[in-house]
Amino acid sequence: MKSTLVSFISGVIFSMGLGIGGMTQPAKVIGFLDFTGAWDASLAFVMLGAIGVHSLFYRMLRNRSSSRFSLAISLPSRTEIDSRLIGGSVIFGIGWGIAGFCPGPALTSLASGNLSVTIFSVAMIAGIFVFDFIRVLLAREVRAENTSGEVTEDSGLGYSRRANYGKRLPARE
Amino acid sequence: MEHFTPFASLIGGILIGLSASAMLVFNGKIAGISGIVGGLVIPKANDTAWRAAFVAGLLTGGFILRLLAPQAFEFGIDRSGGALALAGFMVGFGARVANGCTSGHGVCGISRFSPRSIVATVIFIVAGAAGVYVVNHLLGGVI
Repeated sequence: MKSTLVSFISGVIFSMGLGIGGMTQPAKVIGFLDFTGAWDASLAFVMLGAIGVHSLFYRMLRNRSSSRFSLAISLPSRTEIDSRLIGGSVIFGIGWGIAGFCPGPALTSLASGNLSVTIFSVAMIAGIFVFDFIRVLLAREVRAENTSGEVTEDSGLGYSRRANYGKRLPARE
Repeated sequence: MEHFTPFASLIGGILIGLSASAMLVFNGKIAGISGIVGGLVIPKANDTAWRAAFVAGLLTGGFILRLLAPQAFEFGIDRSGGALALAGFMVGFGARVANGCTSGHGVCGISRFSPRSIVATVIFIVAGAAGVYVVNHLLGGVI
């Protein structure tokens, strides 16, 4: 319950930060990405503020094994820079450049009732859903095929969990 | 620079940093928007409430902004429905393929000095700049 409340309040603060910082104005985001035009460096200050604060808190947390609410700290375990990371980032970046929205600002801006934002956000959520449906379907097939082996389940957040799916239960006597 | 707002942007960034820090320090979670939404597609036991609460918070913050500072939602660009739909799909799908977006990689990952996140964020900006170049300078700012 406490942690759900923290999530909610964090969401509110996050979207206020996006709005105050200028991330919910596509023209401003595009101005930041328009290096050959009238470049607007403002969004570099959003990154500076966010990374400055968060890196300090991360350093404070580094030696802890669990969160303040005694919950497990889920940090991404992947380290490899692979074609999936690069390809996904290229697709994401081009879309970001075309419309000037990334996921947080798009969801925040749904509150404005603007039709353009709604179209973007619905398509964005569709993109997320299509990916996650395919991922889960593929994971199920892998599980079905591996009846005795150990498979790595991709949780989709960059965490890899080793799991013994399909491991046969010891026979009862 | 026409509308340079370094002070407001720095304050906004600090709020984002505080929010991401609260998620990590109290809940042990990464405040990556695309990952949080992606985890809601096929909900897992005990892994849904915090995600839904965060998204509800984002929307609530959006309504507060609408009441107090509606200028935060100034759109300012000319995009067709088709272009918005294509861009939206690319942003959602691409972020999930890359395991993160501007929040997960750009803020949380870089704050941990993750090489993956630094590479992803540089690509976001370079690919974004390429998209903007094509739309603004080759297509005259309308798509």
